Amino acid sequence: MLNSTGVPDKDQVVSRFFDEKILSSYKAIIECYEDIPCNPCATSCPVSAITIAPDIHAQPVVDPSVCTGCSICVTSCPGLAIMLATVMEDKARFKIPYEMNESFEKGTEVHAIDRSGEIIGVAKVLNVSNYPHQLKTRLITVEVDASLLHDFITIRGIQHG
Amino acid sequence: MTNRIVEHPILEVKPKKKVRFVFEEKEVEGVEGDTIASALVALGVVTMGHSLKKHRPRGFYCAIGNCASCDMTVNGIKNVRTCITPLEENMIVKREFVEDIQDDIH
Amino acid sequence: MIYTDVLIVGGGPSGLTAAKMCCEAGLSTIIVERSHILGGQLTKQTHKFFGSKDQYAKMRGIDIAVKLQEDIASFNTLTMMLETTVVGLYEDKVVTILQHNEYKKIKAKAIILATGASEKFLAFENNDLPQIVGAGALQTLVNLYQVIPGKSMVMIGSGNIGLIVSYQMLQAGIEVKKVIEATDRIGGYKVHASKLKRLGVDIQTRKTIKRAIGKDQLEAVEIVSIDENFKEIEGTSEIIETDLLCVSVGLSPLHQLASMMNCQTTYISELGGYVPLIDDYFQCSVPGVFACGDMVGIEEASSAMMEGYLAGLYTCNYLNQPHLEAESLISHYENQLYELRNGLFGRKTLRGIEKRKENLIHA
Repeated sequence: MLNSTGVPDKDQVVSRFFDEKILSSYKAIIECYEDIPCNPCATSCPVSAITIAPDIHAQPVVDPSVCTGCSICVTSCPGLAIMLATVMEDKARFKIPYEMNESFEKGTEVHAIDRSGEIIGVAKVLNVSNYPHQLKTRLITVEVDASLLHDFITIRGIQHG
Repeated sequence: MTNRIVEHPILEVKPKKKVRFVFEEKEVEGVEGDTIASALVALGVVTMGHSLKKHRPRGFYCAIGNCASCDMTVNGIKNVRTCITPLEENMIVKREFVEDIQDDIH
Repeated sequence: MIYTDVLIVGGGPSGLTAAKMCCEAGLSTIIVERSHILGGQLTKQTHKFFGSKDQYAKMRGIDIAVKLQEDIASFNTLTMMLETTVVGLYEDKVVTILQHNEYKKIKAKAIILATGASEKFLAFENNDLPQIVGAGALQTLVNLYQVIPGKSMVMIGSGNIGLIVSYQMLQAGIEVKKVIEATDRIGGYKVHASKLKRLGVDIQTRKTIKRAIGKDQLEAVEIVSIDENFKEIEGTSEIIETDLLCVSVGLSPLHQLASMMNCQTTYISELGGYVPLIDDYFQCSVPGVFACGDMVGIEEASSAMMEGYLAGLYTCNYLNQPHLEAESLISHYENQLYELRNGLFGRKTLRGIEKRKENLIHA
């Protein structure tokens, strides 16, 4: 399905996640499903938690026991294929890369969007960062209902009126 | 009316110095850094020229000076590739209608 | 007559990296570029690059263009001729240029051709209407000149360029109504497609454009479904109103200057069209003429940059003034190229390169 629509299958997505115990703190979820020559995530990781082997075409693998959830890989990935995720009781929190014109205020409610571009619920914007090392890719921290853990991918502003 | 980007998540959008020029006898403006073609597109000009035989309208197409769709007469010089020619103050620009070219064909 | 050691035709990524090598080796170098700026297609590529650190991965194309120019800014043996077009190129390596309405001649000891590529076109009814644009051209208009030619668009082609440009048009506020692809699968990297899907863009495979509709400019397009033999399926016609139609169906090498000076050229579909035949040292069949980048085979800017470094280094060797670090640099950049091409997406290119080598008839 990914090859003809750009949307990965549910089991592809789930295979990149970790169990809830590991996700008790932020971990990198890398949704790079294709062998392409690319390695900035691995070379940018300050703790070498990401492995791309045997060569630059291999898909990156995260070692969650090493990953500190620092988010540098999220804004390093040229394909915007990485996000951080954590789960706490009934809520899931994500740090996602964002490069569109819409700006979001802390504390606002926005649409939670899935990989097909559909609205699946609400998300609350907790933080927006835009540090120089991010090279203009914004990092947005959001909170959604924990049931959306494997569906949520990005946000969209709620149009009023 | 101009169709210029006012805000962008990646590009730096800065106010630019205006460049006045004349397009088919109308006084118009572009900005510093424009090519003649980009200034015209910003002004809403869609037809850059016409095909020779059937006079079909042609528009901005390749942007690298390769396709000849954007050729115009600039300061009296014909066939200027406006997509790769920087806009300069007081340039006189006009499209090449088939009537002009007939003069040169014997 | 202007004399120079090396003449580089084209100031894009491969021309600029070739220049760096030649300048570092102390050769007098001229870059001739028909546009008014250097950087080629990099100047409007706002996306972060893939590849590895050596290919400036993670850096945005627009910043790489700046870096490559900074790399050659300090050489006083380098002359840049902008808004200058090469109009004649002959076997004696005398080049005629047109610079601000004046013809001039340059005699070079070695020439590096780095003219890049142009966009392919698609045949359909009314394909010449204004507001039908090449993807690269739309990208230039929007990202370089910051001009928006329309509020909505349909994209034909789901290769990397089609996907990336669609994304960038969304960033500029242009509505991307649909991305259509003639084959049964998305041609570019799936991460690019995924980025579009989450933004709500409709990507459809096995679709093509039947005709463009409009009187003085584009008003709508008619899209139809096609089967595995690319034949139209009856009853699947859909009319979509749109300001712009963006055509992204591949690139064609700009081989013309190589052909003009009688370099052997042949049609290799894996490389995008007619290409000058080159040996392992990027030298064409005419001695002292080298070619690199997209003009010898359509790939990416990353490969173009590596090829430029190599063509520059081999040119220095040819002129018996090798770069001080020639051996290690050649090995390094050859390795980079090998790595870039050593995956699924590189197989077609490698087949094309084999054909290019096989077809070259040595004098």
